[in-house]
Amino acid sequence: MESTPLLSVNNLSVEFSTPDGIVHAVNDVSFSIEAGKTLGIVGESGSGKSVTASSILKLNSGVTASTSGSILFKGDNILGADDKKIRQLRGSEIAMIFQDPLSALNPYYTVGHQIIEAYKVHHRGVKKPEARKVALEMLRRVGIPNPEARIDEFPHQFSGGMRQRIVIATALINSPKLLIADEPTTALDVTVQAQILDLMKDIQKENGMAIILITHDLGVVAETCDDVAVMYGGRIVEKTSVNELFTTPTHPYSFGLLGAVRSLDKSARGSLRTIAGAPPSLLHLPSGCSFMPRCVFANDGHSKCSSIVPELELVPSTHSLSACHLRKDALLKLTTKDLL
Amino acid sequence: MSAAVDTPFFYFPVARLLRIALTRFIVRRIFFALVLLAAVSLFTYLLFALLPTDPAALTCGKNCKPELIAANRVRLGYDKPIYEQYWQFVRGIFAGRTYGSGDIAFKCPAPSLGYSFNQHECVSTLIGKTFPVTAYLSLGSFVLWMLLGVGTGIIAALHRGKWQDRLTSLVTSIGVSLPTFYVGLLVLFSVVIWLQWLPFPHYASPTDNLHDFLTAMILPWITLAVLSAASYTRLTRNGVLEAMNEDFVRFGVAKGLKNRTVMRKYVLRAALIPIVTIAGLDFAALLGGAIVTESVFSLPGMGRLAIRSVTDSDLPVLVGTTLVAAVFIVMANAIVDIIYGVLDPRVRLK
Repeated sequence: MESTPLLSVNNLSVEFSTPDGIVHAVNDVSFSIEAGKTLGIVGESGSGKSVTASSILKLNSGVTASTSGSILFKGDNILGADDKKIRQLRGSEIAMIFQDPLSALNPYYTVGHQIIEAYKVHHRGVKKPEARKVALEMLRRVGIPNPEARIDEFPHQFSGGMRQRIVIATALINSPKLLIADEPTTALDVTVQAQILDLMKDIQKENGMAIILITHDLGVVAETCDDVAVMYGGRIVEKTSVNELFTTPTHPYSFGLLGAVRSLDKSARGSLRTIAGAPPSLLHLPSGCSFMPRCVFANDGHSKCSSIVPELELVPSTHSLSACHLRKDALLKLTTKDLL
Repeated sequence: MSAAVDTPFFYFPVARLLRIALTRFIVRRIFFALVLLAAVSLFTYLLFALLPTDPAALTCGKNCKPELIAANRVRLGYDKPIYEQYWQFVRGIFAGRTYGSGDIAFKCPAPSLGYSFNQHECVSTLIGKTFPVTAYLSLGSFVLWMLLGVGTGIIAALHRGKWQDRLTSLVTSIGVSLPTFYVGLLVLFSVVIWLQWLPFPHYASPTDNLHDFLTAMILPWITLAVLSAASYTRLTRNGVLEAMNEDFVRFGVAKGLKNRTVMRKYVLRAALIPIVTIAGLDFAALLGGAIVTESVFSLPGMGRLAIRSVTDSDLPVLVGTTLVAAVFIVMANAIVDIIYGVLDPRVRLK
């Protein structure tokens, strides 16, 4: 079923100029997402996933960041839009929530004030009692018990999980078409994580919004996403469906990631398989494949790996796109089991 | 059920509880301030009573007869044990105090802080005369320096790394390293003596002669303001930059709020709260007497009164001015804490 995507990011590159040089945070990244779907963006810290997400709302600091490519939302290029247009999109069509719910709410105002504020920015002329009713309804929807009493409390009077619910209520108060969630559960307890993810999925089922979920947690990806983009060194190295990522990963980095997950059916004894080495410095990216220095397959003399940046290409017999010179001859012979 | 609790009536207890919490916080804070003041008064009094100087011997000149010294000792109460002296002193603050008896009796009405045998006046009268000068000086420079410091701090933060930022950082690093007496003299010399834009300052109370008052005050105001503003520029700049990195500020932007709203409700609110604390204490310290500035610009304020009492070994005035300065600091501490509680709900409810 082909339909025009809600959001498509095309050849996005973001660079920051710092005193040490130019940081290539995002390099030639493209992906798209349709309404009602969930796209996971997975990667280590510094892989460019958060910068990619911030670009969609133009939240990167304007002084030092330079962005190229295009981001089309409902066909309009966000990157070319002026401040006013962007402000109208922020919070109303595209909402964003952040990693740490403890610091995402303004400590100096009541939670009610902040939700009502988010509503009234995009509903000028709505009177306060009316906005308050909407806010109460939303708080009830995200599972805040006794919202009538708690709406006038300050953020520090809530637990971490409750605060993330309030953040979600604030983000979703204007029924956005797209929610960008930047590690929404990382700071929370595991049981609370599951509750928050369930809540997001429930609301998605009701209103059909699209979700871009940024995470380093493959468990979260498996539970919530339809499609996944794996990022490494500011590039997407594999783009596939969730099922295929977990059954037939097609990029050496994806293999490594899956190997580093502790699962219940594996023996709890023994150390986890890790990927040797560290992510590349975004100041000095390697000339070829940025994963080459850590790649266990590339070490036996593939000169292409060290000289040419691999493009995302369709892997035969799967639906995955993978950016690796090796996969055709070497990787498909392997299965996940061989590595675990 | 939910319809019933939706009525405004239900909100009142919450708001009232918050108010009660705030009131309890204020009452507690004021109580501690009073206890602290009592301790400060005792400590100050003891410190000066333990000085090796004999206050009675200082009441008259070198050729004083021992009988007169002894008489003065009794008259001023220095013959009593120290705890009784302190008791008399505290009583005097609330009830006033009479020195001597009969024709030569001299009464200092409440609040009496003692009698200056050097200037032949009640300490409270002396402080009452000099305090307004210090208050005008402090208030004027405080308003100026807050406007200047916070204003330039915000500008520097918003233009981080650009020429506005570099310029303020250069100027403030000069500002924080210059001493008041040097800048004061420099300003006085260049504006009054060299350029002759202003007459030599001659202080008059604003109700008597507004023109003299302003010409005498403008230079000390500016000197004090410019020097103090420098550190406030830095505090504000760093506070604003730090606040702009807060997640809740990014969330505010992501909500679609206008830059101005985010700046006002999110960034400045967070950045300025710590500055309120420091500003309150700095202001109180000024009220206790801007000794150097008052001396340089020959303003008859409390700072100069204190300096004079030191050089003259005028112990009662020294105790009085120290105590008044301490009162300002303690009160400012309490007020700052209360304001902090109003501004930051996290402090209030702990």
